[in-house]
Amino acid sequence: MKKMFVMFLALILAMSCVGAFADEEPITITVAHIGPTSPGPAADASQYGQATLHGAEIAVEEINAAGGKYRIELIHEDDQHDTEKVVNAYNTALDNGAQIILGTTTSKPCEVAADLGYEERVFFLTPSASAPAVIEGRDNIFQICFDDYSQGRVSAEYIAEHKLGTKIAVIYNNSDVYSTGIRDSFIAEAANRGLEIVAESTFTTTVDFSVQVSEAQNAGADVVFLPMYYDAAAPILITADSKDYHPIFFGVDGMDGILTVEGFDTSLAEGVMLLTPFVATSEDEKVVSFVQKYEAAYGTTPIQFAADAYDGIYTIIAAAEEAGITADMDTEEVCEAMIAAMQKITVEGLTGTMTWDETGAVGKEPMAAVIENGVYVFND
Amino acid sequence: MIFLNNLISGIGLGSIYAIIALGYTMVYGIAKMLNFAHGDVIMVGAYIAFCSLQYWGLPPVVAILLAMVVCTVMGVLIEGLAYRPLRQAASLAVLITAIGMSYLLQNLALLIWGANTKSFPRTFLNSSTIPLLGGRLSIPSATLFTIVANVVIMIALTLFTSRTKMGKAMRCVSEDRGAAELMGINVNRTISLTFAIGSGLAAIAGVLLCSSYPNLTPTTGSMPGIKAFTAAVFGGIGSIPGAMVGGVLLGVIEIFGKAYISTELGDAIVFAVLIIVLLLKPTGLLGKPMREKV
Repeated sequence: MKKMFVMFLALILAMSCVGAFADEEPITITVAHIGPTSPGPAADASQYGQATLHGAEIAVEEINAAGGKYRIELIHEDDQHDTEKVVNAYNTALDNGAQIILGTTTSKPCEVAADLGYEERVFFLTPSASAPAVIEGRDNIFQICFDDYSQGRVSAEYIAEHKLGTKIAVIYNNSDVYSTGIRDSFIAEAANRGLEIVAESTFTTTVDFSVQVSEAQNAGADVVFLPMYYDAAAPILITADSKDYHPIFFGVDGMDGILTVEGFDTSLAEGVMLLTPFVATSEDEKVVSFVQKYEAAYGTTPIQFAADAYDGIYTIIAAAEEAGITADMDTEEVCEAMIAAMQKITVEGLTGTMTWDETGAVGKEPMAAVIENGVYVFND
Repeated sequence: MIFLNNLISGIGLGSIYAIIALGYTMVYGIAKMLNFAHGDVIMVGAYIAFCSLQYWGLPPVVAILLAMVVCTVMGVLIEGLAYRPLRQAASLAVLITAIGMSYLLQNLALLIWGANTKSFPRTFLNSSTIPLLGGRLSIPSATLFTIVANVVIMIALTLFTSRTKMGKAMRCVSEDRGAAELMGINVNRTISLTFAIGSGLAAIAGVLLCSSYPNLTPTTGSMPGIKAFTAAVFGGIGSIPGAMVGGVLLGVIEIFGKAYISTELGDAIVFAVLIIVLLLKPTGLLGKPMREKV
C-alpha cells in the first residue's frame, strides 16, 4: 500500500515536472563511474566493476528515457582494482568533465580516490566499497551498501526482530579484521536486543572446527552467527552435520559463495540465512524488471553490486533534485550541495529504503535471504 | 561425555598428524634432512584425489591409488632434481631448498587449481558417524579409518625396515652413509626409495586429512605439515613409533587446549609444547640420546 502511494506521488511529481519544464532543456549532469572492468596486476576484480557499470547504465537509460528534470551523461574509467591506476582514472574522469563520481567499486582504490576527492572537494557515492575506512574521516563520500562492521549490528537487529532464536553462539576468525569487526558490532547490539550469547569461540585456520561446533551445541544455541567468508563456513556446516547439530546458521555477505564451493554438498547449506540486500530471484516487481533488462542487455544475472550501482544513480538524481544542481556548477559547488542534500533525502531502491547521516553510512532495513533448494530466497 | 567426545576428536586429529609425521621422520632418519615440502606433497595428493572424485568420477579407492602413484613419482622427482645435487652441501642449503620446494609446490597448485577453496567430496571414508553408548558419543568414520590406517602403516613400516633387504639398507644408510656405501649399498637408490615411500604415505595422509577436514586450498598442507613436524620432534625424530605417539599426543593436546583453555591459543599451545619438550628432552619422547664423538 505504502509503495503504491509513493509511486503515485512520484507520478504526480513527474507530471508536474513535465509541466514545469516542458519548454526547457533537461539539465545534463555528468557522472563518472570508476571501477575495475579489466583484471589488474594484483587481482582480478573485473566482475565487480562490470556489474556496477552495467547496473548504472540501466538506471541511466531509464532516467534519460523518462525525460525528467535531469539527464545523465555517464562516463566510465577503469581502475583495475589498483591503488595507483585509480588516481589516473579519477584525474581523467575530472578532465572529461565529471561533476559527480559514482564509485569506486572496490574498497582499497576507493580510499585513495576519495582522499583526493576530499582534498579537491569532489562528491563520491560508492555503490559497493564496504570497508569502514572508506567513509571514515571524509565528508565527501557516501555509501549505498552497508559498511562491513554494521552488518553485525543489523544482523542482531534482524535476528531479534524476526525471533529466529534467543540463544546465540558466535564463531569468528580472530585473525581477520572483517570477522572481528562484525563480531564486535554484533555483540554490542545483541545486548541491546535481549539476545543471549551462550557460546563464543574463535579460529585462525580453517582446519578443525570440532571444538567450536561442540561448544555451540553443548550450550544449546539455536542460532549460530558466522561472521566470516564462506570458505570457513563450509567446514563448519559439515562438522555440525556430522554432530547431528542443526541450528539456524546466520551469515553476512561473506557467506555469499557457499553454494559455489566445488565439491561442497550444498544440501548442507539448506536453511542457512545470510544478510543480503539483493537477490536476483526476488519477486519484487522493481527487481524483476531490473533483472529482465539486465539479462537482456548483458546476458548475465545481476549480482548485488549491479543493484547497488542502479540505486546509486537514482540516489544521485534524488540528491541533485534536492540540491538543485545545474549544469554549470563546478565540482566543488556540486560537492557541498550534494553533501547537504544526501542527509535530507530518502530513496526507495532495489536494495531497500535508504537514508544517510553525516558520516556517509547508509541506513536501511536489513534483509536476509535463506537458502532453499540451492537458491537464495527472501522469507517475506 | 563432552570430555570423551573431545578425546575422540583429539585422537582423530592426532592420527592425521601421526601419518604426516611418519613421512617427516622416515626422511629425516634416513636422509638426515628435513623435507619441509612434505606438507605440500600432502596437498598435491589431496588435489589429485579431489580431481579424480569430482571431475573424473573415479571410485574412491582408485582415486587414492592414483594420488599415491602421482605423489610417489613426484617425491622421487623432487629428491632427484632438487635434493640429490646437494647431497654434499651444507645441511642449511638443503633445508632452504626444501622450503623453496614447498613454496614452488604451493604456487604451482595455485596456478593449476586456483585460490578458491574446494570442499573434499564425501566418500565411504567420511560418509557416516558411528554412535556409541546409545548415541551420547559419536565417532566420525573418517577418524576410525585414520586410526586403522595409522596402525597398519606403522606396523608395515616397522616390519619393512627390520625384515626386508631394502629396509635393512635404509637402516644402514641411516647409521653411517659412508660405511653403507663401502658395503655395496646404493645410497642414492635407497634415499630415492625413502622419498617414494614417504610421498606415497603423504598421498594417503592428504586423503585422510581432507576426509576429516574438507577444506582444500593450495596452503592446506602447510599448517598440518608444521604441526606434524612438531609431532615428529615431540616423539623423537627418526623413530617410527615416536612419530605415532607424538602425533596422537599432539592432537589430543591441541583439542584439549582449545576446549578447556582457549580456542584462540590452540596453535600457541601446540608450539609451546614443542619448545618445552626440546628444552627438557632434546631428543624427544622416544628418541635415542645421541652422543657426539669428539
